[in-house]
Amino acid sequence: MPNTFELIASVTVPSGGQAAIDFTSIPNTYTDLCLQLSLRNSRSGQVIQEGLITFNGSTSGYSERILRGSGSAAISSSGSGANFSLNGFPAGSSTASTFGSANLYIPNYAGSSNKSASAEFITENNATEAYAYMNALLWSNTAAITSISISAGATYTWVQHSTAYLYGVKNA
Amino acid sequence: MPNPTRIEINCETGVESIIELTDAEVAELTYQAELAAEKKAEEDAKAEADAVAKAALLDRLGITADEAKLLLA
Repeated sequence: MPNTFELIASVTVPSGGQAAIDFTSIPNTYTDLCLQLSLRNSRSGQVIQEGLITFNGSTSGYSERILRGSGSAAISSSGSGANFSLNGFPAGSSTASTFGSANLYIPNYAGSSNKSASAEFITENNATEAYAYMNALLWSNTAAITSISISAGATYTWVQHSTAYLYGVKNA
Repeated sequence: MPNPTRIEINCETGVESIIELTDAEVAELTYQAELAAEKKAEEDAKAEADAVAKAALLDRLGITADEAKLLLA
């Protein structure tokens, strides 16, 4: 049986921006989740800015390994903390009206083991400085994922026209 | 001044809500955003240090970056 993607829910940020986009009451009827993001952060004076992702409102158990290419250098790093920090969405100093694209894939999100995920995302900027990221993510928690929050940081917002699409994948 | 808001969508009902962040949420997210900014600064510093070290090594070897690529190809 072929894999199937079904749109669970989508959000387009309205005028004025929003500090976070939250998907709640995610059904457990799929095998995997796929989150497609097109976001721009309101922070001025920065080319890129992070998106903070948490599951189920939890603020512990997140760890990640990161590959980053800037066009002139590539680095790897790792970290852990209270969220997944996806540090590559265009912000105030990026070319106006550009948005970063991100894809977050979460296999076995409703299972009873720790939750791994992968993320890939690129900035968009009509200038020399731009980035591509690949992240391997682990949430050390055995609970089924029922909610996902994508925060811009409380002082900043996801600007109007930013979008988030959450898909369920069956038969993966 | 009111706190920033978040947009929440209930995946079962499809209902969208705009909800004001609590003071505790604002404080936590502000703190986490600062941590993330520090991480980005560390990544930038590492990238710059690696680039400087690479240039110094090429200089010591007396070859260009393109010649180094040839050697490693």
